[in-house]
This record gives sequence, C-alpha cells and structure tokens, in this order.
Amino acid sequence: MKKLIVSPAPHIHGKESTRGLMRDVIIALSPSLLVSIYFFGFSAIKLAFVGAITCVLVEYAIQKYIIKAKPSIKDYSAALTGLLLALNLPPNSPWWIVFIGSLVAIGIAKMSFGGLGQNLFNPALVGRVFLLISFPVIMTDWTTPVSWFREGIDASSGATALSIVKEGLSKGMTMDQIFAEHNFSYAEMLFSKIGGSVGEVSALALLVGLVYLLIRRVIRPHIPLSILGSIAVLSGVFWLLNPDHNPDPIFTLLTGGILMGSIFMATDYVTSPMSTKGMVIYGIGIGVLTVLIRNFGAYPEGISFAILIMNATVPLLNNFFKPVRFGKEVRNG
Amino acid sequence: MSRTFSIGGIHPHDFKISANAAIEDFPLVDIAYIPVSQHLGAPAEPVVAKGDKVQTGQLIAKASGFISANIHSSVSGSVLSIEMLPDLSGNLIQHIVIKVEGDEWVESIDTSSDIVRDIKLESKEIIAKIAEAGIVGLGGAAFPTHIKLSPPPNKKAEYLIINGAECEPYLTSDYRLMVESPEQILIGTKIMMKALGVKKSYVGIEENKPAAIKKMKSIAAKGYKEIKIVSLKKRYPQGGEKQLIDAIVHREVPSMGLPIDTGVVVHNVGTALAVYEAVQKNKPLIDGVVTVTGKCMSEQRNFRLRVGTTFDRIMFAIGGFPKDAVKLINGGPMMGKAVSRMEAASVKSTSALLLLTEDETKRGEEGNCIRCSKCVYACPMGLEPYLLNRLSRAGRVEDLELNAVHDCIECGCCFYSCPAHIPLLDTIRLSKAQVLRIIRSRPKK
Amino acid sequence: MTTTIFFTIVSLTILGSILALILYFVAQKFKVVEDPRIDDVETLLPGANCGGCGFAGCRAYAEACVKAESLDALFCPVGGNEVMKSVASYLGMAVAEKTPQIAVVRCNGNCDSRPKTNHYDGYSSCAVMSSLYSGDTACSYGCLGQGDCVVVCNFNAIFMDPRTGLPEVDEDKCTACGACVKACPKFIIELRNKGVKNRRIYVSCVNKDKGGVARKACFVACTGCTKCQKVCPFDAITITNNLAYIDYNKCKLCRKCVSECPTRAIWEVNFPVRVPRKAESITVEQK
Repeated sequence: MKKLIVSPAPHIHGKESTRGLMRDVIIALSPSLLVSIYFFGFSAIKLAFVGAITCVLVEYAIQKYIIKAKPSIKDYSAALTGLLLALNLPPNSPWWIVFIGSLVAIGIAKMSFGGLGQNLFNPALVGRVFLLISFPVIMTDWTTPVSWFREGIDASSGATALSIVKEGLSKGMTMDQIFAEHNFSYAEMLFSKIGGSVGEVSALALLVGLVYLLIRRVIRPHIPLSILGSIAVLSGVFWLLNPDHNPDPIFTLLTGGILMGSIFMATDYVTSPMSTKGMVIYGIGIGVLTVLIRNFGAYPEGISFAILIMNATVPLLNNFFKPVRFGKEVRNG
Repeated sequence: MSRTFSIGGIHPHDFKISANAAIEDFPLVDIAYIPVSQHLGAPAEPVVAKGDKVQTGQLIAKASGFISANIHSSVSGSVLSIEMLPDLSGNLIQHIVIKVEGDEWVESIDTSSDIVRDIKLESKEIIAKIAEAGIVGLGGAAFPTHIKLSPPPNKKAEYLIINGAECEPYLTSDYRLMVESPEQILIGTKIMMKALGVKKSYVGIEENKPAAIKKMKSIAAKGYKEIKIVSLKKRYPQGGEKQLIDAIVHREVPSMGLPIDTGVVVHNVGTALAVYEAVQKNKPLIDGVVTVTGKCMSEQRNFRLRVGTTFDRIMFAIGGFPKDAVKLINGGPMMGKAVSRMEAASVKSTSALLLLTEDETKRGEEGNCIRCSKCVYACPMGLEPYLLNRLSRAGRVEDLELNAVHDCIECGCCFYSCPAHIPLLDTIRLSKAQVLRIIRSRPKK
Repeated sequence: MTTTIFFTIVSLTILGSILALILYFVAQKFKVVEDPRIDDVETLLPGANCGGCGFAGCRAYAEACVKAESLDALFCPVGGNEVMKSVASYLGMAVAEKTPQIAVVRCNGNCDSRPKTNHYDGYSSCAVMSSLYSGDTACSYGCLGQGDCVVVCNFNAIFMDPRTGLPEVDEDKCTACGACVKACPKFIIELRNKGVKNRRIYVSCVNKDKGGVARKACFVACTGCTKCQKVCPFDAITITNNLAYIDYNKCKLCRKCVSECPTRAIWEVNFPVRVPRKAESITVEQK
C-alpha cells in the first residue's frame, strides 16, 4: 500500500509566488529600461547591470557569511532593488556610485533588518537618498551621455526641468518666462523628458508598466492613484493661488520622479500598508509631503523623502486601519 | 444579475470534471463498518448487539444527549461486532460492523421512485420525523438537522436558504442531485419551510452550473412559487453559511453569532433531499451521493453510496488506487480532510472523494512574508491572516482574540493566495481552537 | 567667536538643568513604591525567565515569594534546592527540600520499530499535526516528532535525535521546568525523580490500545501484559487501560521488570551494562 500524504486543508494552492511577483515588477520596469537604453545607450545598461549584480551578490554574501541564513537570491527581490536604484540615478553616474548605493540599499536598509519582508524603509530609496546626500554633485549632474542610437541630444542641458523651474523661480522669473526660455512641452515630457534619472525618461513607458502591474494584479491601484490624485489636487491649489510662481499640476506630475515613485517605489509590498484605508492614507500622505517639500523645501524633487517618511508610519497605519471585519458592525436591514 | 458576498474570496479553477457522470448505485459491500459518531455532538448509543439480525434502514444506534443523531443500518445482515476502529484521521471511534446478507429493507420505507407531493404532517411532526431519521447537515459540518430546524423561542426564522452553491472545486454531488431530482429537493425545501414556519426561501446556485439553475427554475415556476432560485457568481467561499446569507439576503451574521441571529436558516441541497426522503418516504439517512473524482483518474464517477463503505472498497470499485495519486481527500480541495487510513468508512456527510497528484497538491517552500496583503484581500471575514499567523507563532493569545481569530471560517483563502507559501491556516486554525476554548470557558454574563 | 562659545555653553547648561529638574519631578510624582526585597530576591534567582515556577518570569516569582506567607507552593525548578534555600534564608522562612526531577520522554517508537504509515506535509508543529489527525504512524499515542518540545525549551536541554526521530533529554541541562511537558500534545513527556546516581526506570510508552493493536503499530509498545506488575516486589507498577506505569516514589530500581518486559518497553537509564540476555530480536539503544 502506498503511503498517503496527509496535510491540513487547503490542498490546492494558487499559482502566485514571491519570485513570480518580483519578476512581474521587473517586466513592468522593462519599457522604461528600454527607453532609457535608447536614449542613454551603454550608460543605462551599465548602471542597471552593476546595480542588479551588486545587490544580488551583497545579499548572497550577507546571508551566507554573516547571518547564516538560507540564501534567497532566487526570488529576484535583490535584483529588483538594484534595478530600481539604477533607474533612479542620473544617466551619467559612474559605476561605483550605483555600487555604493547597492551596498547601502541591501546591506543597511534590507539585510540589517532581517532580510526580505522585514525592512521598514524601501531599500532602493534608502540607497538613492544616501547617495543624494553623500554625493550631491554627481547626483544632480543631469548631463546626458552620448547614446548609440540617438546622437546629438543637447549635452549641455545639465538640469532637470524641475530644477530649472526651481532655479528660475528663485531668480524671480515667472512660470511663463521659464517655459518660454526653455521650450518645455508636455508631449516632450511624456515621451522623452529633458534631463532626469535613467528610468524616468518617458512617462508613457512608466504608465505602461503601471497598466501591466494592474492587469497582472501585482499591485492594487489605491497607492499610485491616491499619490497622483493628492499631488494633482494640492499642486493645483497652489497653482490657482499663484499661477506665476507655481508650476501647474500636469507639469508637477510629469517631473521629478513622481510617476516612478508612485508606481514602483511607494507600492513596494514590504514598506506599504496592508489595508485599503491604510493604503489611501499612505498615498495621500506621500502626495502632500511631496508637494510641501517641493514648494517649501530645498530640494527640487521631494517624493523620495516623502515616501521614506511615510514608510516610517506604515506600522502605525497597519495598527490603526484594519480591514472591515465581517460581522463586527452588523449592517442588517 | 448574479449575486455574491461582499468581501474577500478567491477564484480557483473549478475543475467540475465529473459534472456529466450520472449518479449510479454503488454495489453492495460484503461488510459495512458503521461509525456511531457521524455528526457533531455526542456519539449515538448502539441498540443492537453482536449476532443481531438487522434490516436496511433499521435503527442501530440511538441519539444520546441534545446534540446527537440516530444511526440506521445501511445494509441488511447480521452484526459481527461492535468495536473501536479508526476513522479517516486515525482516531478510534466505536463502529458497528455488519456482515451483509442480501438487501432486505424495513417494510415501512417506500422504495419506489414516485414523487410524493402532499405534505401531510404538521411542523412538530416533521421535526420529530427528521430527528428520527437521523438527518445531519450534508454540507460538511454534519450538524443534526432537527436542531437547526427548531430555533430557540426568542429567535424567529424569516428565510430558509438552500445551499446549492457547491463553490469548492471538483465537487459535483450537489449538482447531480439538482439535475436528477430537482422536484424532490424543492419538496424537501417546502417541508423545511413548513417546519420552520417561514414564508420565503431561496436556493442559491453558482452560475457555473447553468443546467442546474435552468432545471430548478423551470420546476420552481410550476408550483413552488415561494421558492426563489438565485444565481450566484462563481467565487469561493460562496457556499460558506455566512457568505451565502450575505450574498442572498445581504445580512451579516454577527461575530460569534449563528445564522438564526439574522433570521435565516441555511441547509444544503443534499439535506433537503434527505428531508424529503425521510418525511415523504420514511427513509432514514443511510446513503448519499459521493463524487469520486481527480484529474489522475480516467473515469469520473458520482455514486449513491451507503454509509459504512470503506475507502479501500471505493478505490477497488473505481479500478484500484490511481498510480499518480498521492493524496485522498474526503471533501473538496479547499476544506476537505486528507485521509490517513484507507480502512476507514464513509459517513453520512461524505460528499466527495478527491484524488490529487503530487503536482496538484504540493505545498511550495515557505518563504518570508513580503507583506503583499494578498491574504488580507482574500479573507472573506475581513481578518488579517498574516498578522494572525505571526501572533500565533509567538503564542500571543490575547492579541489573537483582539484580532478576532475566532471569526475565521477556515476556508483556506489566505493560504491559497499566499505567494510566499506560508501555511497561514495551519497556525491560525490552531489558535482559533485555543481562543474559542478560552472564550467558552469564561463565565457567561 | 568666544562669545558664541560662551552663549552656547550657558544656554545648553540652562536648558539641561531645566530638563533635569522636570525629569526629577516627574520621576518623583510617578514613583512606584516597591518592596526593595523583590530586587534582592530576584538577584538570587537564576534569571532564566522560563516560567517553570508558574509565574510570568523571575521578577513576578520574586514578587510572589516576598508576598507569600510560606514558600511551600513556590518552587523554582531551575534553581533547585540551593536557590530555594538562599531565598528562604533571605526572607527568613523555611523551605522543604524537593527531590530533583528531570523530563522523561515516554515513547521509544523509532523509525524502525514504529513504521510510518503516511507522510505528513503540513506546518511542522506537533500541535497542528495532532489537531489534524492521529499521526503518521499506526500508533495514535506516540511521539509525532515535530519537535514542539525542542522549540519551547529555554535551556537547549532537549533535541531531536535524527536516528530515532524522537526527542532526547540532555541530563546536564534539563532543569525540570516543565515547559516541554505542557507543550507536548500527546502528553508523552513526564517529570520524574532524577533518581539515585541519576538512575531511572520507566515505561517508555503511553499507548493505551489493546496489546495486539499496540504491538501491530509498534514493536516496542507496552501491551499491558502485566508481567512487570507481577514481578515487581514493591508494588510500584500499576496497569490502567492496557498501559503499565511505574511509580517513581515506590520504585527501588531493582531492574526486575526491565528484563521481564517482552517488548522492551521498560527502560533503564544510567545503570552499569549488564551481561546481555538471551537472543532478543529487538535491540534498544540506550545512553
């Protein structure tokens, strides 16, 4: 007689796996990666490659030699962190920048908390912010490298649209003057922005990624929509109050990594809330903080800091905003 | 438009591969092993002794205590012994072992196939008859039906819901019943409505069973106007009592409450048929329709199986234990129980035997929780399985109670949807039992 | 420049003083008056916080000791008699000496003697497994081998022996705190007297099935044959529900029952090796 297998119910399981989810996020990132390879050529490939490899190796080394845990690099999560970090750097960054960033992201932000699922802050963002504070010159040098495919992008445009606006406003120029001087157009921002980090060249490519994530049910729309919505509303209010000195909502949404942050960074499973209510509040918090940092802070963009600040509130949000329990408050009629 | 419940749920592939296999009578066995505890509550007391001759349908064990049910012989022959034998999980239970000699039925049982439509008995008599026939809920929990039909005096039933959702993948026994004996089910429903004194009842059927919906609707239209056939969306756990009430009459059973608290009583279609047979035909509950299915089997079967047939015997009837199968499940794949003893016998509430291969049933390697919150959205009770699992492993009983682990209906949606393959339900089920024990041990206010 | 330094020092000093004052008053206002003896008793305790005494931790136990009228109902199994003596002398109370105990695993159905009849593929926990079914062998009383006892042990005194699949108690480390006894869902582990020179005799089986059923499931099961009971000169052995039990208070370690047991379910521990008796097919591994 054959020995039967006995286990508690349920006896069948869904097809989803951690590995599959992470792979889906990487697939969702690939349009942005392809577009940036088109614009920046070898430089983009180099950054993405160094980032992913370093993260995987660092995670493996820490698991194997320091915390003596079972290596879990096969789940793609480290590779995803490296890729996200690389896509958030200026295209002309040297390779060692992404190497150091990866060390910080995996070593400090992820593994020192206990590895996958335990970290409080988004590792890629911690890496990026660490670099931004430690190497401000490199991290704000938006010079476009020469691409294989597309030569002749104005190599002198050493600033993002957002920092141009910030600088212009501080000189006392109005929005219209800045726009006129630099020939900004929304179409250009949608497809190929003037300056910016590797991954956010094309807003359209990022939106394609969002649609893919939503269709595959990897993420739910609550976080990205509440971030984008609250940014649009709040920056709209500022814009209506003073259209000369505040950029309009569409400009705000399309610049400074808002899309990258709201689609790929803020939706990171580990560092975002669990319940629907928590997600919406988390998203609104990020949106509000971003607009406040942009309008009143020293940095031209603010979503990295906003997400990290809101990351810290996630345990609280999880505690306060529980899902609606069936049968707790009876709604019989 | 199809109705459904409000929160959570999953959509597993339904694999109703045995849907077209007509119900066939299982051949008579040589020896029947009839356990005296086939229901929730106290085991029944045997009223026969070794060497006694029994007829099919004869009372062989009497209900003891308030929550208990009578047991009748499913075969005719002589009692070989009354002894402790393992049930499907290896726990020892008293069995009445009967050597089968012919198939002689008790005279009062009407074995013809004529449909008796007139309901002559009054409410009290119906309930007494159901108790006498030893009918238990055939949806899985095997709770004695006559108790569910006599709600406490301070609570009034408003609706009767007949559960034909059969939301578990693979199972088709309820479907076959609805297709093959729809009118009997509707008469059974009417009998239960009379017993409860309710004016309106619903039969909920998931929309992946269009033939059943059509057939039931056409017959209900012909003379059972007070019974409404409701089409439900295909979604698991639609057939859960609380979810079904939510879906059909939009009422929420309160935490730690019973369906009757919302004025609803829920019964399974199998129970409705058993009630019809008991009240109109005098036939006690001695058999049931059992789906024997699995992708590894060449032929899918739906048997009318007498209580007390061993799993070994059933496997013999389908041509031996399939080579690829590694797991035999009594029930559906989401909530059924894995069989560890092939020598155990079928009971009243056995509704399916499912054979799964290693590929189908394999548990993935457990990884770290990535807090994706898929379990939270899958939970139909609005709980946070990831949190309950963590608290359970840390043994934090008070926090578990605060987070309402006792509300868990053990549907398995959380574990099914977990991408890290964490056995969430294993730990939660354990904590639920622990917390329920603590709650029940508290003095009542 | 100097003024800057001066003002910095002055302002920080003032700020620090003010905060210190606030802290002082708050601490005074919310001071919890506690018996200072609790601290002293706590230092005498082993500090394992194992809960073997029945309290939440050593501090709670110390509190209970200080409040208690007598120390009779309070015993720290980890510290044993020595610690109890010192606590008693500090508090000026008397304490009765207790016989040292040790956890004993009463199942010897290893992989050979108790063949597996099915595979368990669930969460690795005896509690989960036992709530699901009777176990992966035909014996529904025996050890499930998932190691709940190992998990709860605070002293690393119990470990799974990979050869037998059964838990093994480390005699030097075991403090008889009783955590494993509570954790075992099959009630296999028992606290027994450590015995003279650590020598113990016990029935290593808890199977209550009838002899034939038990023997079929496991070669080394106690069948309840009553041979040991008959041979025992001290009436230390009782048989209830087809299961023999040796009362450790009555047993004089004469070892007569050990050689009498036909299934070798009775174990002797830490006795000198004796001349092997006549050929017996089953060899029992002993420490």
